[in-house]
Amino acid sequence: MYHSAVWEEPLLNELEETKKEPYTLKSVLPDCLQRKTAVDIPNLDETLVMRHFLRLSQMNYGIESGIYPLGSCTMKYNPKICEEISRWEQFSLLHPYQDETTTQGTLQILYELERMLCEISGMDHFTLQPAAGAQGEFTGLLITRAFFDHKKDFNRDEVILPDTSHGTNPASAAMAGYKVIEIPSTKEGTVDLEMLQKALSNKTACFMLTNPNTLGIFESDITEIARLVHEAGALLYYDGANMNAIMGKARPGDMGFDIVHLNLHKTFSTPHGGGGPGSGPVGVKERLARFLPVPRVVKKQDTFCFDYTYPDSIGKIKATYGNTSVILKAYIYILLMGGNGLTETSEIAVLNANYMKKKLVDSTLYQLPYRELRKHEFVISCEQLFLTKGIRALDVAKRLLDYGLHPPTVYFPLIVKEALMIEPTESESKKTLDMYIDTLLRIAQEDPSLVKDAPQNTVVQRIDEIGAVKNPILTWKHTENL
Amino acid sequence: MQFIPNSPLKKSMLHELQLHNIDDLFSDIPNKIKIENLRLPPGRHQQDVEDQMRTLARQNKSFCEMPSFIGGGYKPHYIPAAVKSIISRSEFYTAYTPYQPETSQGFLQAIFEYQSMIAALTGMGISNASLYDGATALGEAALMCMRITKKKTFIVPENISWEKKSILTNYTLGAGIKIKEVAYDKKTGKIDLEDLKKTIDIETAGFYLENPNFFGVFEDDVEDIRSLLQKNQSLFVVGVDPISLGICKSPGEYGADIVIGEGKSLGNPLDFGGSTLGIFACKNDFVRQIPGRIIGMTKDHQGKRAFCMTMQTREQHIRREKATSNICTNEGLCMLATATYLSWLGGKGLQELSETNYKRGQQLRKQISAIPGFSQVFSGAHFNEFVIRCPDTEKVHLHLLQQGMHGGLRLEQWYPKLKNCMLFGVTEAHSQESMTRLVSLLKEVC
Repeated sequence: MYHSAVWEEPLLNELEETKKEPYTLKSVLPDCLQRKTAVDIPNLDETLVMRHFLRLSQMNYGIESGIYPLGSCTMKYNPKICEEISRWEQFSLLHPYQDETTTQGTLQILYELERMLCEISGMDHFTLQPAAGAQGEFTGLLITRAFFDHKKDFNRDEVILPDTSHGTNPASAAMAGYKVIEIPSTKEGTVDLEMLQKALSNKTACFMLTNPNTLGIFESDITEIARLVHEAGALLYYDGANMNAIMGKARPGDMGFDIVHLNLHKTFSTPHGGGGPGSGPVGVKERLARFLPVPRVVKKQDTFCFDYTYPDSIGKIKATYGNTSVILKAYIYILLMGGNGLTETSEIAVLNANYMKKKLVDSTLYQLPYRELRKHEFVISCEQLFLTKGIRALDVAKRLLDYGLHPPTVYFPLIVKEALMIEPTESESKKTLDMYIDTLLRIAQEDPSLVKDAPQNTVVQRIDEIGAVKNPILTWKHTENL
Repeated sequence: MQFIPNSPLKKSMLHELQLHNIDDLFSDIPNKIKIENLRLPPGRHQQDVEDQMRTLARQNKSFCEMPSFIGGGYKPHYIPAAVKSIISRSEFYTAYTPYQPETSQGFLQAIFEYQSMIAALTGMGISNASLYDGATALGEAALMCMRITKKKTFIVPENISWEKKSILTNYTLGAGIKIKEVAYDKKTGKIDLEDLKKTIDIETAGFYLENPNFFGVFEDDVEDIRSLLQKNQSLFVVGVDPISLGICKSPGEYGADIVIGEGKSLGNPLDFGGSTLGIFACKNDFVRQIPGRIIGMTKDHQGKRAFCMTMQTREQHIRREKATSNICTNEGLCMLATATYLSWLGGKGLQELSETNYKRGQQLRKQISAIPGFSQVFSGAHFNEFVIRCPDTEKVHLHLLQQGMHGGLRLEQWYPKLKNCMLFGVTEAHSQESMTRLVSLLKEVC
């Protein structure tokens, strides 16, 4: 069982500073700009710095520590080889504005990755510029706006999305200037066609959908959904957070989606880095290609180059060409897996999820709202546990930490009460899945007080998050007021 | 299949699910949209892939093989091995966003320390836990100015990079913010104060000043600008090269409300321009309007010091369309590299580094502008970048390229008025030898 190290590690500014001669600043700048006080960052020896951050790392759980089944996050193993190659100097010490004749290797990778993503998703063109999924959504919505502006259709100011959607969907739509219309799901947990039809009008710019959705359910009516959306003159947007479920089985492009974003840091195994950097490439159908961000990577004879000559392009969404170091790792991953490997990935990711789901639901300790068959993730409810023993989803999550396991996503999607959203991915062995299932079942039968007081076995116990909001201490300077 | 431990157990697991075929798990996908397979080459052995990557790598010329003096915001800086070692700890780099604080205390504390150091460096009360990059940070800053002042005009200097302008337009389009530009002084390269006076009015939500600016020139009229902004109840957004802050006053000291910048230079490699790190700091009062994640210090139920994500009601996963920003994934690992880098440097190290960069900039500018045919374009004091007028930028570029070197960024493509001008950049990462070589190669052009 995983036990994290427990260090009482001081803050950097509480460590012993190395005594150095006082540094006198020479005046070199105009007086009104010249720094006159020392920069308030402690001066430490490398030994102390290394020990500090190493200890911090030992109080952090990563995918190499163990199973990390956060739903909709696709926490899969990150192959070491991708990490190592991305740090080679020929890739990492490359200036974005170098002459293109000196960056042909990287340009070829960008060019080829775009084509690989086209094949995987069934789209015609891709941009690798967006830094993350949410920025991909934002890019897609700017493309939507440019598309309608170009048609002189200025009436479309609404974006529709289902109530199971990720929080970034409505937030991106609002940022792009759209009104957000949320439609409730059916009793099956899928898009309600009638509600969709009612919501669609000549004011609709776009319908945003995740497929399989956040309940892990495949929207089987997808071609009908696409027909309705297109009949209303609107575009269909694919949130690719759940792409790990369907590679080699079906493609958003064939389902009728016009714009797609993929999360390289989910499906294509680039590490999450504790919150980033990510990469959220956006793919479009031919008729939208002219609006993609610049520069585009093109091939002229045998040479790769950047092309800025797209007058209808939305311009830029992120500095330079995207998070290239992340893009590189995804490219290597796809080479390693190949078409057959990616298909196998989705097959086993779905198999693992359904295996866990069956064992958990058969126990009757947890309930499965909505349809049986799931894709790469599933959502179970702890509502019965709550009603009978007062144990909430959050308590189960915290108790899992005591067993050295990372909890699933909790309280999402919002339409399931006391939700646990579990995505094991293809990276876990059957033995690990069985162990995780057994632990969840054991927790459901434990003394409720034990579960509600969890975690006890971690670096810190349950945290006063309300106190953190009421009395914000956001820097070490703020601690002076304590 | 590699990285899929259950591959050999497919049959037995299917059996337990009372299924016969893997396709039974995909029966909910309508046949008409099902595909047979992906038209990609089959998977390959790691060694094989590594060989192919080596071939591709050889098509690139790294900074080590081919020194570059390209300015425009991205420059190489020395990265200590200690930083690379820390960000290679898989407990850090393979972790997700710290939604479960009890098992993420290490990363949370590191982010808290990053926030503390960025606040100290910029002279601001608080910092968030990073945005995508310095350019999107400008977009977010403009939106935040609008939220705070309820006004919808934002002013930027004419001479910010074209990338920033485009990104700013895209970020503010939806909110209906009007972007106005202020000219720069053609002699000094600084902001034209008179033009700013004409452009600003009571409807101005905020003004963005880059310091040093895109031409490498320090903006020293900060006090005048500050009072102008105060008079119009507009917010003061300052963009910095964080390394300059070792010798330059922090923007907090001259009245900035929001400080942004590209933090890539602090411990992250060039990486062809990405991954990047968006610095975003502001005054304490604006905490509820800040975009992105923030980490706070609090206590656990036993009173022990603990860290967690806080002020989450600003964020998309709670607030949805009413969030302060759509950002979710940020630049976590780049931020960790920066936290490690700044700890390794220390305040004193940063001041020394800053001074070295300044001196290198002065030295190289003097040497280049002494070459007949080459001249300094702007008279304002500059940091480690500067603009030089050359006899013929195309000729300069091609000659240097032939000799295995990159000169300055050709500005003409983005600023037609700056014909034959190059923006040079130099840092502590450039050897004296390569600087000498650059100067002698430039002499050969004229």
